[in-house]
Amino acid sequence: MYAYDELDRTLINERVEEFRDQVKRRLSGELTEDEFKMLRLQNGVYLQLHAYMFRVAIPYGTLSSNQLRRLAHVARRYDRGYGHFTTRQNIQFNWIKLAELPDALADLAEVGIHAMQTSGNNTRNVTSDQWAGVAPGEIEDPRIWSELLRQYTTLHPEFSFLPRKFKFAITASAHDRAAIKVHDIGLRLHRNAQGETGFEVLVGGGLGRTPFIGKTIKPFVHGRDLLSYVEAILRVYNQYGRRDNIYKARIKILVHELGIDKFAKEVEDEWLAMGDSALTLDDAVIEEIRSRFAYPAYEKLSHMPDELKQAAHDPLFERWRKNSVFTHKVQGYAIVTLSLKPVGGPPGDATADQMDAVADLADKYSFGEIRVGHEQNLALPHVAKRDLPVLWNALDKIGLATPNVNLVSDIIACPGLDYCSLANARSIPIAQELTRRFANHDTADLIGRLHINISGCINACGHHHVGHIGILGVEKNGEEFYQITIGGRADENAELGVLIGPAVPYGEVADVVEDIVEAYLALRARPDELFVDAVKRLGVEPFRERVYATR
Amino acid sequence: MTSPLQQKIKITGPSIVTANRTFDGAVVYRTAAKGWSTDLSDAAIVRTADEARALLAESIDDDIGAVGPYIAPVEIKASGKIKPGNLREHIRAQGVTIDLLSVPA
Amino acid sequence: MPLVKNGRVATDSFAHVPDGAELPGDSAVLVTAARFLDGPEALLQREGKLGVIWPNNRDVDDLVPWLDRLAVIALVFPTFRDGRAYSQARLLRERHGYDGELRATGQVLRDQFVFMLRAGFDAFEVKKESDAEAFAATSKRYSVFYQPTGDGRITALHRRMQQRHSESAGQ
Repeated sequence: MYAYDELDRTLINERVEEFRDQVKRRLSGELTEDEFKMLRLQNGVYLQLHAYMFRVAIPYGTLSSNQLRRLAHVARRYDRGYGHFTTRQNIQFNWIKLAELPDALADLAEVGIHAMQTSGNNTRNVTSDQWAGVAPGEIEDPRIWSELLRQYTTLHPEFSFLPRKFKFAITASAHDRAAIKVHDIGLRLHRNAQGETGFEVLVGGGLGRTPFIGKTIKPFVHGRDLLSYVEAILRVYNQYGRRDNIYKARIKILVHELGIDKFAKEVEDEWLAMGDSALTLDDAVIEEIRSRFAYPAYEKLSHMPDELKQAAHDPLFERWRKNSVFTHKVQGYAIVTLSLKPVGGPPGDATADQMDAVADLADKYSFGEIRVGHEQNLALPHVAKRDLPVLWNALDKIGLATPNVNLVSDIIACPGLDYCSLANARSIPIAQELTRRFANHDTADLIGRLHINISGCINACGHHHVGHIGILGVEKNGEEFYQITIGGRADENAELGVLIGPAVPYGEVADVVEDIVEAYLALRARPDELFVDAVKRLGVEPFRERVYATR
Repeated sequence: MTSPLQQKIKITGPSIVTANRTFDGAVVYRTAAKGWSTDLSDAAIVRTADEARALLAESIDDDIGAVGPYIAPVEIKASGKIKPGNLREHIRAQGVTIDLLSVPA
Repeated sequence: MPLVKNGRVATDSFAHVPDGAELPGDSAVLVTAARFLDGPEALLQREGKLGVIWPNNRDVDDLVPWLDRLAVIALVFPTFRDGRAYSQARLLRERHGYDGELRATGQVLRDQFVFMLRAGFDAFEVKKESDAEAFAATSKRYSVFYQPTGDGRITALHRRMQQRHSESAGQ
């Protein structure tokens, strides 16, 4: 993973000092809330229902064990002992005091963690595939490019006051685990016919009030032109994005209103006018960043160690292994997903104790590295297969071995009305009830891969539009109601889900989901036809009938 | 529970002004004494749109004390006790409706 | 409203002249873009320096024919959150080579000074006295910059590479 140097550390320390000064001026009244709000947002500080919420950046979802320990420390010292991992690979603390934030940031800065631009109308965390660098079949590690983009976008003087927020995602695999098609800029790393490394660039994807799948603006931008091309896009957006209406201010609206061809031309013209750009990356610069990424010294290991053979007799271990353990590009190693979706628990949360325990396990079994996925689970990316049984035991003791990864109870949910001041309805209790309904692992296995996404309002932080089953909280006459969509997907075949019918009340959501699942089990062509494929084949009608027959 | 950030001032019953305390984000209520209290029973009650507007305006001015004030409905019981008037305010007064995560034994 | 120039509070020799008002003698004036474009030659031939206040929703390309004859270009931040003038500033400096005074007007606050300096502004109509007084200290808040702009500051990436070269050269 990327190692901070003196320059990186200096920058985040300077940022901490600046924020300390801003908080001081706010608390003394020298800054009004109107003047301060955007400044605190630029440091990831929201005001929520009960308290401030603090969103800390985990660049491209990679953490060292020391960093995870420091997050645990922040949870304990400044919060209520837990944190929430988000759909953008960040972590959120829900009870932080503004007056203590500069100290929390200083503590984080010591281990190279910051909260710059995790909110505000600027460029946010550049997310990636949580298996970057270890997934088989990857072209190259996309995190090198994520880091180049992270540095380029951090405290960019021209683009810190955009019309609205701006999100990037990068993938380097055929199977897109980073949801690039629903980002403002999505980047697909690949090689052209000449074998050169570059990017397919997509723009204007996004969810929220007006969801759009991103469109390809340029099929191949050479790696060396990535930053200059991105600058051209941002400059066009900064100048022409709408500023009169916050619901029409994202780049997706500009792309939609101009049309992709006209938009592409504006960008191309700007890019050509830039000429020989100081942003053109040469091999030396790329190599400089690449050299700061340290990779483990993998051993030469057997692909079927004895420990694994022996443990195969334990059906509980086997169930977990088959569910949560994924193929690594290096023989004898594995990628292990740690489910943060225990039955009855709030999805994506971890206690400070759990974080410390995972940090220790990472030191023992994963070369000190942890990953955060946008599905709100953690991963240990470099586990030797021979260590799987002992790791499983340890994870099970701390409640992080629920064998439900990618299954119906592996729910992605926003914090919802329990925490968030934008919400219309609660999402966490819905998720909790669903995990209880589908607590039986045999049933969940039988159902197969099924992504449920829950958002408490139209801002769609739970990514409900692209859930296989999407649940959106709305308000009707002071009561919580939920719209249900099916057939969405976030991967390389990204699609928006389709509404199945009128919204249903809070108490019926779990029943409706059970009805949908029952309909799927009855109608699927084969046991291995996935839910989302069955919906594609059959359309929404059979599911709608089943759900609304008695409602 | 539509976010009050999008509300027009429309009073349908007794209402209060609520916000979050600036230094720590705690839920607070505007009092008749032009202060902020964490106790709902200290809240100033308004009953007309004009009263609400006035209370909100002077609350907004006091942004050293609290942030993001808005008007929220309350219910007044026969005993005189003030209770939150919708689910959102109930959650703000009582806390989250879920159990906070605890480490398994 | 104090003017900051050359890093400190300075007297503003330019008068903002509203549309329709007569231009005062041969002193330095700032006029609106509309007034300027209505009769640029007449204004430029006048004794006394001329500056134009350019709105943030208009392409700076339209001003390019007169760049080398304008003493001041004033760009606008209607609120500090509206960042269009940052792009305009960079284009004027870096693409069109404008080297007259580039002035930030509107809601100009302390916490944007560094961004403005990096974008190419060198004069600031600062909203608050206290911010104007803090200008010098504030502009030194940061010593590391990740991305290149026209301000000539070397980026972190290139500093690293320089360090590497000097290390290997020293071996």
